[in-house]
Amino acid sequence: MTTLVLGLVLGGTYALLALGLTLQYGIARIMNLAYGEVTLLAAFVLVFLFQTAGLPPLFSILLIGPAGYLAGWLLYTVMMRPLVQRSQGIPGKLEVDSILATFGLLFVLQGIMLVLFGANFTSISYLDQGVDVFGVSVALNRLIAFAICLVAGLSLVVLLARSRWGLILRAVALTPGSAPLVGIDVNKVSRQGFALGTALASIGGASVAMYQTFSANDGVVFTMKALIIVIMGGVGNVAGALAAGFALGLVETFVATTFDPGLTLAATFTIFLAVLIWRPQGLFGRRQ
Amino acid sequence: MIRLAIALAALAALAVVPMFVSEYELGLMIGMATYVALASAWALFSGHTRYISLATVAFYGTGAYTVAVLNETLPYPVVILCAGLIGAAMALLVGLSTLRLSGIYFVIFTFGLAELVRQLITWYEVTITGTLGRYIFLDLSARDIYWQMLALVAIAIGLTAWINRSRLGLALRAIGDDEVVAAHSGIHLARTKLFAFTISATLITLVGAVASPRWVYVEPLIVFNPTVSFLTVIMALLGGANRLWGPLVGAIPLFLLFEWLSVNFPDTYPIFLGLMFIAVVFVLPNGLLAGFDDLRARFGRTKP
Repeated sequence: MTTLVLGLVLGGTYALLALGLTLQYGIARIMNLAYGEVTLLAAFVLVFLFQTAGLPPLFSILLIGPAGYLAGWLLYTVMMRPLVQRSQGIPGKLEVDSILATFGLLFVLQGIMLVLFGANFTSISYLDQGVDVFGVSVALNRLIAFAICLVAGLSLVVLLARSRWGLILRAVALTPGSAPLVGIDVNKVSRQGFALGTALASIGGASVAMYQTFSANDGVVFTMKALIIVIMGGVGNVAGALAAGFALGLVETFVATTFDPGLTLAATFTIFLAVLIWRPQGLFGRRQ
Repeated sequence: MIRLAIALAALAALAVVPMFVSEYELGLMIGMATYVALASAWALFSGHTRYISLATVAFYGTGAYTVAVLNETLPYPVVILCAGLIGAAMALLVGLSTLRLSGIYFVIFTFGLAELVRQLITWYEVTITGTLGRYIFLDLSARDIYWQMLALVAIAIGLTAWINRSRLGLALRAIGDDEVVAAHSGIHLARTKLFAFTISATLITLVGAVASPRWVYVEPLIVFNPTVSFLTVIMALLGGANRLWGPLVGAIPLFLLFEWLSVNFPDTYPIFLGLMFIAVVFVLPNGLLAGFDDLRARFGRTKP
């Protein structure tokens, strides 16, 4: 029961992170290897605001989310847009270019974080008291982080599925070539998708900072987990990413409690291997 | 034929260099040879196919760690052989599970591979053997290491030259241009990619094994340093990953720059490197050699 509750809480954060990544890859077609670094940067900003300015984390998240959107918007306009323009018509070129460019970005962001915040493990104690959930004592900060992820994730799912704006986003994700035929500005929508993904990464990172210890070198692990969840759920499949995120959170908590916390990444990779071998289109994806 | 003679003469000249330089300069030469070998081996697979491997340090670190574990129990040549075999086995495992699929899965897998191997070794050492960190005591001088590394450079570049002329090279280029067309012309995609990737990864593992005695003390955090993967990719790209001499042309200036940066800006050099990487992707997507050819075509041959 402990595993179940804690796993679901962790899975909530993973699901949110994967959702952001699947938006960036599915809509903007940018494979962002610096995604985990963006997440960590948001986490550091939250800790910084809490420790120096005394801002309550719940309030800073309201600032970090829009700030992430703005940062993503700028990043797409300055860095990704030229790559998109350059790759016109050549299949796979944007993918390779964006992988390389964001790989460079990864080191820039990591270097900045190491200089500003150091390589030590960071954490804050905020709302640390336990709360009883189905007989399991869970720290209140974890529950709040879970609620934040749930609200942000589910509202996005509903928006994508129900609103006109969501329809436009899905159209671009499905066939970027034909979207202009019905009057959709693909460039604008891609930018929105990328910025929205960055905003989700920031909110996810901020919620991680509320309950977990982290360091400036953890970016690769976050990116990797988000990527694996996206593949498990099927690329571009929002509901699949949510379900796979929870599944990964459960598996990881199970491995950490029954075997060893040092083996969680190995567990993640084992799942990844299994998915690649049996269902490369994703657990919830459709065969092409 | 003349090119081959020049290359062999250069190799012979490089082989006698240790007689004339100081210990510090020899250390620089070893570092340079290490990165030329890494970048050339990386480009052997990734250059033509455009399957970007971000796992250089996973293999490099595995090679180094194999030497650290086995150096007291087995003779040196056997240790090197074991390192090569382990690297090849790892490459086969990675290749068999990802290279049948589209390139993106391969990139993602290699992206996390170094971290995975590092965590697994750390976990194993801490919980099973109870120690973290090992010593390498081998009776090898810096000159020996330099000559071995030079041999690896020659093997990497020689193999690339040979593959470029063979059917395998043609197949790899076809895969890089268009996989569907390549498959329709009768190229066995998975087998070709797997073969080239295994050669490349084995070479990288051997580079790690040969370089390892320079450290003396080895632990996972030292040998699985992501900067190695990063430098290898940027060096190969800067020179031109699909050219025979491209990785070498990119590796030498970048290695010297890296040395200078890490001495003068020990805290901020990753930022400089990252910015430089982005600049290379934007300004010289095909590498220096291709850029040089463009310039020559534009200015040198205006009048045919």
